[in-house]
Amino acid sequence: MRLTTEEQAMEAGEHGPAVAKAMEILVALGEIYGAEELVPVVSVQVAGVSYGNLGQAGLDFLQAWADQGARVVVPTTLNPAGMDLEAWRQLGIPESYARRQLEVIEAYRAMGISASCSCTPYLTGNRPRFAQHLAWSESSAVSYANSVLGARTNREGGPSALAAAITGRTPGYGLHLERNRQATLVVDVKCAPQSWADFGALGYLVGRQSGDAVPYFRFGPAESPGLEELKTLGAAMAASGAVALYHVQSVTPEARLRDVVESQAPNLTIKSLDEGYRALNSPGERVDLVWIGCPHASLVEIEQTASCLNGKELSSRLWVIAGREVIREARARGLIARIEASGGKVVGDACLLGAPLVEMGITSLATNSAKAAFYLRSLQGTQVRFGSLERCVEAAGTGVWPA
Amino acid sequence: MRLKGRSIKSGRSSGEALVSRDPIGFFGGVDPETGVVVERGHELEGRSISGKVLVFPGGKGSTVGSYTLYRLSQNGRAPVGIINSESEAIVAVGAIIAEIPAVDLIDISNMATGDLVSIEDDIVEVTRPGGAP
Repeated sequence: MRLTTEEQAMEAGEHGPAVAKAMEILVALGEIYGAEELVPVVSVQVAGVSYGNLGQAGLDFLQAWADQGARVVVPTTLNPAGMDLEAWRQLGIPESYARRQLEVIEAYRAMGISASCSCTPYLTGNRPRFAQHLAWSESSAVSYANSVLGARTNREGGPSALAAAITGRTPGYGLHLERNRQATLVVDVKCAPQSWADFGALGYLVGRQSGDAVPYFRFGPAESPGLEELKTLGAAMAASGAVALYHVQSVTPEARLRDVVESQAPNLTIKSLDEGYRALNSPGERVDLVWIGCPHASLVEIEQTASCLNGKELSSRLWVIAGREVIREARARGLIARIEASGGKVVGDACLLGAPLVEMGITSLATNSAKAAFYLRSLQGTQVRFGSLERCVEAAGTGVWPA
Repeated sequence: MRLKGRSIKSGRSSGEALVSRDPIGFFGGVDPETGVVVERGHELEGRSISGKVLVFPGGKGSTVGSYTLYRLSQNGRAPVGIINSESEAIVAVGAIIAEIPAVDLIDISNMATGDLVSIEDDIVEVTRPGGAP
């Protein structure tokens, strides 16, 4: 890999040990994946924030790197934490967990990263433009940035994203190169998805069959997926498969700009979503908690949830999770008050996948997110129900998944 | 036997080989306190990777696995060297932050547990106690 004079100096330690370590990581990855050079990035999204996923090992490492002098040089946002960083007590998060979680945030703060913990940075101020290079982790955000915004990023891990933030660079391979952004699988959708959950089930099925292919979706004339549909579709494909980029005919920017389908791309036809719903539901009837907002809810999703609740009394807990800025806006529009009037909660910063669920007495969840259902299924001792927002809200009302 | 690969984390080390034909997922697959492989059904289940030159095709699973290698190293339970057929990001980043000499693009098919292995940057030297290779 070719390095500029400045990059060689960074690697040699002239900018301190923290920068040298970051360069060592980037150069090793560049060599492994055949990059010819490093490319400048305009922003970074860092995963590895929730203490539940990071563990003591990750916390130790972050503190050591921060102590060595690691500081970010481009706008950098964080993935969700394992709890609401402000209201954790009210949500029943154990104190020992909370203390560790706050230490993680403190280590990131020491590097110059603000504690904006969200998996939808594109909804909360870190919105890249077409063709900009990024180093993002968080598979659903990577998918959204590449596919819906037309920006360019590989799926980074936590340390490689952080290394990019410290140097302002990332190795230029994979999806940074236009030649690797052509669709390699044509997906004809013949099942007329309606709800957000339908788009999630579709993403689950396609991801499961396509691995790391680049799918090209052709929907029927009546369907024109918008922000929420694309966000949930991409998140599900990135969970059940390794899809980091997809195109939608006449909808996503690159598909509107050029012929993105590789000749000889095989075809996949989806006629029914039943198998997706079957695979993402466990048999239990009881519902302890309804989780809306995976990835973090948009204003539209918060508003739909408030409308669906419509003052209904709840028997189960219902949490809507979103980024802080989205919550602020939703509060100003009176949406949070409407959800709280039913006994629901709007939670900031968090991801339940890194939260101490079992310690909080939550063993059965319902969600309208295929991604959440996919990961919750593999959490030991947890039952999951997956269906439309309407069914989830009904379950929160009765405490039982509707037949 | 002398093999040349690609250096992932430069450095020198030597020790006894522990060979796995299965990829290794460090997060959830190796206990960071003890260095014992805990993944159910893994061919190394129950074996300790601590102090060994760990020879395996490459990594798998969660990217948080890089931090597991770091923790093992902080606990003095890390492997002393890593040899892969082909490293991916989890193992490469883990080896760098844990400062474990690592080399890939090595044909591991002729290596066996118990071989004495030394690594020097991109060169791997293998001797088998009692005979070939």
